[in-house]
Amino acid sequence: MYLHTRHILAALVLSGILLTSCQPTKPSVKIGINAELTGEMPAVGASCKQAAELFTEQVNKAGGIAVGSEKLPILLSVVDNSCKADQSAAAAQRLISQDGVTVMVGPNASSCAIPAGEIAESLGCLMISPWSTNPKTTQDSQTGKPKKNAFRACFTDRFESPVLAAFATKNLHAKTAAVLYDVSSEAPTSQSALFKEAFEKAGGKVVSMETYSTGDRDFSAQLTKIRESSPDIIYLPAPYNDTPLIAAQARQLGIKAPFLGSDAWSSPDIIKLDAGKNLEGSYFCNHYSTEAATPKAKQFIADYTAKYGNAPDDVAALTYDAMALAANSIASAGKTDRAAVRDAMASTRTFDGVTGHFVYPEAAREPAKSAVIMQIKDGSFHWVSTVEP
Amino acid sequence: MKYLAQQAINALQLGSIYALIALGYSMVYGVLTMINFAHGDVFMLGSFFCLLLIAIVPVPFWLALIVVMGATAILGTLIERFAYRPLRNAPRVSAIITALGCGLVIQNTTLGISPYARPMPHLLDNVTYQFAGITVTTLQIIIIGVSVGLMMVLDFLIRKTSFGMAMRAVASDRATVSLLGVPANEIIAVTFAIGAALGGAAGLLYGMAYPVVSAAMGITVGWKAFVAAVIGGIGNMRGAVLGAFILGTVEVMTVAVLPSTYRDLISYSLLLLILVFKPHGLLGKPTIHKA
Repeated sequence: MYLHTRHILAALVLSGILLTSCQPTKPSVKIGINAELTGEMPAVGASCKQAAELFTEQVNKAGGIAVGSEKLPILLSVVDNSCKADQSAAAAQRLISQDGVTVMVGPNASSCAIPAGEIAESLGCLMISPWSTNPKTTQDSQTGKPKKNAFRACFTDRFESPVLAAFATKNLHAKTAAVLYDVSSEAPTSQSALFKEAFEKAGGKVVSMETYSTGDRDFSAQLTKIRESSPDIIYLPAPYNDTPLIAAQARQLGIKAPFLGSDAWSSPDIIKLDAGKNLEGSYFCNHYSTEAATPKAKQFIADYTAKYGNAPDDVAALTYDAMALAANSIASAGKTDRAAVRDAMASTRTFDGVTGHFVYPEAAREPAKSAVIMQIKDGSFHWVSTVEP
Repeated sequence: MKYLAQQAINALQLGSIYALIALGYSMVYGVLTMINFAHGDVFMLGSFFCLLLIAIVPVPFWLALIVVMGATAILGTLIERFAYRPLRNAPRVSAIITALGCGLVIQNTTLGISPYARPMPHLLDNVTYQFAGITVTTLQIIIIGVSVGLMMVLDFLIRKTSFGMAMRAVASDRATVSLLGVPANEIIAVTFAIGAALGGAAGLLYGMAYPVVSAAMGITVGWKAFVAAVIGGIGNMRGAVLGAFILGTVEVMTVAVLPSTYRDLISYSLLLLILVFKPHGLLGKPTIHKA
């Protein structure tokens, strides 16, 4: 009878959705990306997505992944997890059940990778987290044993935090340290506890251990307390966008001790946000450095920079490695069957990536690989030293 | 002693910003008995408007403050006119949902335009002063000074001017006041404008004090300011300011003397305790519900 324009429009939109979702799919290998595109750390999600797209483009240009007798192109499915625990679980569910991916790469933030890992485990799909360093990501929450399906392309806090503690005591000759961390986030909480343990084992003393909650902007009360304990160094395992705020407030209160940070500092955005140059001279632990790159890494850095106009940070490099690990597993499984691909990943022992040489010990879900200590100097990251496992 | 004095200054700075935002919640509640949940996001836009302004023309702090307050005031009026006024006589729940929706629209639009956190440029030379071991910065003095100044202007406006009288009249009985020829809709619009302008000022000051600006920054601060308004007695302006300074002090002082991990637990338990004994807030009056 009365057909309003908006009814026609709605019908058109609906049929459009139906048509696009019914498109016949060419044979391909589906890889899912579960990334932090919005939320607390959008720079992490952007790096992850860009590196995955670069890898896909390169592999597809060369014909695709050799699966059995044929070469299949990669079909990438990117889902935003908003950097939230519940949404990363939902994103994992969607990628695995609905999009039917063979491998899921991501999430990166530990607070997202832990719940997504639970989903991957229950649905029996291989997950490779590029950047999550929290031991729990690949651990079964009930038995404490390694999960069957969750792997990662980076070292864990069990390696990173002692590396930093050793650097603080040996290279910076620190005797006392203060720690300020986000108690409502997984990675900083475990990193702080492990740092304290390692620092005190090395003969130092943690004189002040203060916390805040995600979303806090005012740290003056905690920092005033830290100032009273006059530490030699301050360990700040905070993300790249909170750190400049904490540093600015600390310097305003007259705290002069150098800052030490975790790999969560690694986004170049940290320098952009640090308008007052309060982080100048600070050190942090990272997964790789563009300054100490292997020929393979140099090629990746050149390709990435040519495509996106900026050098890849560690999330990008680790995502590229995670994608390569996924592609290798699919190729050596010879089929896109999830269980076979998972078994192929589990039997991978060594791998040469852009972030260094990986060695996966028997039954381990994380590689033993080197870490680098970086310094923020003259407004950019500079390589200081490489620490082998 | 020196340590506690330093912490008191920290508390004063935090309390001032909470107070500016809490006033916006309280004013709107006063005239409409409605909780404007979009207020935290208007606060966030205060920071972004300042960023935008400085990117176009580098202006001094005072001018930036005036322009940002003007822009957020216009935004506040628009929100009232197009989102809240059509629902003026709808059930209260609908108005709350609309407010939440407005907040989400503002937040996600900002997120769409600027997904990354941005640094706030320096608007003033920030000098650090030392008085007997206590550190005070120019910025802290300005934040506390501007906040207290704006609150005094508002207090004068409400208590001593005919607009203030009209606003109090609308708050007490909108229907009768309209019958007596007071333009209630205009009064409500101006109330929204003032509330939003104060929120915008708070956003600008907050952006200067904590110079990383992001689309989600209004959420936590907005909630805390709302809590402050409730503690002081929502609808009462002096109560909102009192509640804000109490919240700021409790938050800072729990960290100062107890392990910081328990900050939110202890400070919010204390505030709940206040509500147990004073359910309408410290300065709030019990309202009689008309059947």
